[in-house]
Amino acid sequence: MSVSGNLREPALAKRHRIGQLFEWLCCGSTWFGMVVLALLLLSIGWKAMAWPTPDADAVDRAAATKTDAKVAASLSPRPLSARFLTSYDSRIPQKAGIKAALWGSLWLLVFVAITTVPVGVGAAVYLEEYSNEGRWKRIIQVNLSNLAGVPSIVYGILGLTVFVRMFGLFGHDGKVLDLNLGFAMLSLPLPFERSVISGALTLSLLVLPTVIVSAQEALRAVPSSIRNASYALGATQWQTIRHQVLPAAMPGIMTGVILSLSRAMGETAPLIMIGALTYLAKCPGKIDGVAAVWEHPTRLLEAPFDVFTSLPIQIFNWVSRAQPEYDHLAAAGIMVLLVVLMVMNTAAILIRNRFQRRTQW
Amino acid sequence: MTIMQSFSELMHQRQQRETVKRSRPVETETDVSKLEVSNLNFFYGEKQALFDVSMTVPERSVTAFIGPSGCGKSTFLRTLNRMNDIIEGTRLTGKVTLEGQDIYADDVDVVALRKRVGMVFQKSTPFPKSIFENVAYGPKIAGQRNQKELQGIVEQSLKRAALWEEVKDRMQDSALALSGGQQQRLCIARALATNPDVLLMDEPASALDPASTARIEDLIFELKQNYTIVIVTHNMQQAARISDWTAFFFQGYLIEKDRTQKLFTTPKKKQTEDYITGRFG
Repeated sequence: MSVSGNLREPALAKRHRIGQLFEWLCCGSTWFGMVVLALLLLSIGWKAMAWPTPDADAVDRAAATKTDAKVAASLSPRPLSARFLTSYDSRIPQKAGIKAALWGSLWLLVFVAITTVPVGVGAAVYLEEYSNEGRWKRIIQVNLSNLAGVPSIVYGILGLTVFVRMFGLFGHDGKVLDLNLGFAMLSLPLPFERSVISGALTLSLLVLPTVIVSAQEALRAVPSSIRNASYALGATQWQTIRHQVLPAAMPGIMTGVILSLSRAMGETAPLIMIGALTYLAKCPGKIDGVAAVWEHPTRLLEAPFDVFTSLPIQIFNWVSRAQPEYDHLAAAGIMVLLVVLMVMNTAAILIRNRFQRRTQW
Repeated sequence: MTIMQSFSELMHQRQQRETVKRSRPVETETDVSKLEVSNLNFFYGEKQALFDVSMTVPERSVTAFIGPSGCGKSTFLRTLNRMNDIIEGTRLTGKVTLEGQDIYADDVDVVALRKRVGMVFQKSTPFPKSIFENVAYGPKIAGQRNQKELQGIVEQSLKRAALWEEVKDRMQDSALALSGGQQQRLCIARALATNPDVLLMDEPASALDPASTARIEDLIFELKQNYTIVIVTHNMQQAARISDWTAFFFQGYLIEKDRTQKLFTTPKKKQTEDYITGRFG
């Protein structure tokens, strides 16, 4: 009965159903991720906002502390509080805070950025703008991609050998190199031991491949017509890179750098490997605020070579303790870490949007 | 033969325009040759793109290169300011001289060469900066720091490119906000700002609407009083309208080069005739 040109084709219904099914599957995949994330945030948030329901032991402890009104007043009503940000780790969970880890992470962030940005962008500029196509470039390129996939613990082992021990070159006890900077003395311990600088350099190695690859992508996205126009006006290669290519690629480069930095902030394994301390009641260089820097500016030179802990390490430490209260402290730590990472990612997006509005082709 | 006639008409229109547009004598060009090319062969890797091309480009004239796509006219244009150097794996034999100096000699600095031989591209490529910064870029990278001087250069260049009146009140606006035709004139102004002798144009009007194209053509006409202009175009009418000399390229060979009027009305070679009468290409 079916004639050609019939607009009601029953066989088509099946094809439409398959299409519909596919759409549902894709939608389901999206919501699966969203739901899991929401559950995670909710459970952590709930834990971070209240101490565990007291069991018999805890009631005893609470009774014991009640006798001392002074102590009771100094205890946090819940894991995540203003106090949590301003106190050091403690044997008493209600007194423990994340100050040392927060400052440690801040120092790491600064030093990872200082080492990663010039080296990463420099390497990317060389590979994209200067080097000739050829076997060596291909080998480097493949290895960069491979390095980006190496497990972080391996970088930890590398950091331990190269930065913490420096291949044992400086003997069992190490040496201290005193450098006169003119305005202050810098005591440079060799090897670097378990210091901020060791951790930062290790994390830099870890994120460098990603930074280089993403910066390369950004440079490649700059249209060659811009380069040609610059050359045709008598610009040298350096002038072309400096005035045209780098400014145009900057948003992409910055995005890559910030996302890599936030990855470095969340890394635990390599820092544990190089022996970052897990229990620490001081900030690197004893700097815990602007006032401390103001009073003792030379501490800025000591901080990089001081021992440290960082947010993920602190969290790891708390999770592995027996008392249930520490579990909740860990949740509070995770909340802090998440906020830090969210701020960094938001910054990345803002920077990208801000620059993109200015550069359109 | 109708096409030949239409070219004759174009020639006629053009002469009218020349007499209307300027009080000076029509022939501004001299017999001095600016660029001389002899036995030029050019290779992209193994593939040869230009075969034994020789020609001279007279000073203060417009020389047009025509030919079908892929005939090597753009490649040839780019050998004149060594823009092909940027492309990896290219090779060249033969000689190109600018006022008697071999531009491919070992001691020639391409940066210095490109300052004297400016270039305008098919796609207008304003830098994502202000109008002022775009025009000032050339002098700035050449070391001009004096803000007053720069302003003078920018104004003069924009005036020469017939853009000054349209943009003088918004020099700090982004160049990307200009229309396509204005962007292309900005690129010409930018090229003029480095004070070149020769201006190479690679299909400068092919992406523009007819009105903008006419403005660019008028501009080229003005510019040839002071500059030697070499233009690649795939639009034969355009070549007929604006050029003094026309060179026809085909499959990497320079088939014929003659006075535009002669080439379009009495071509010597069969291939040229076939092309300009629209039998192929």
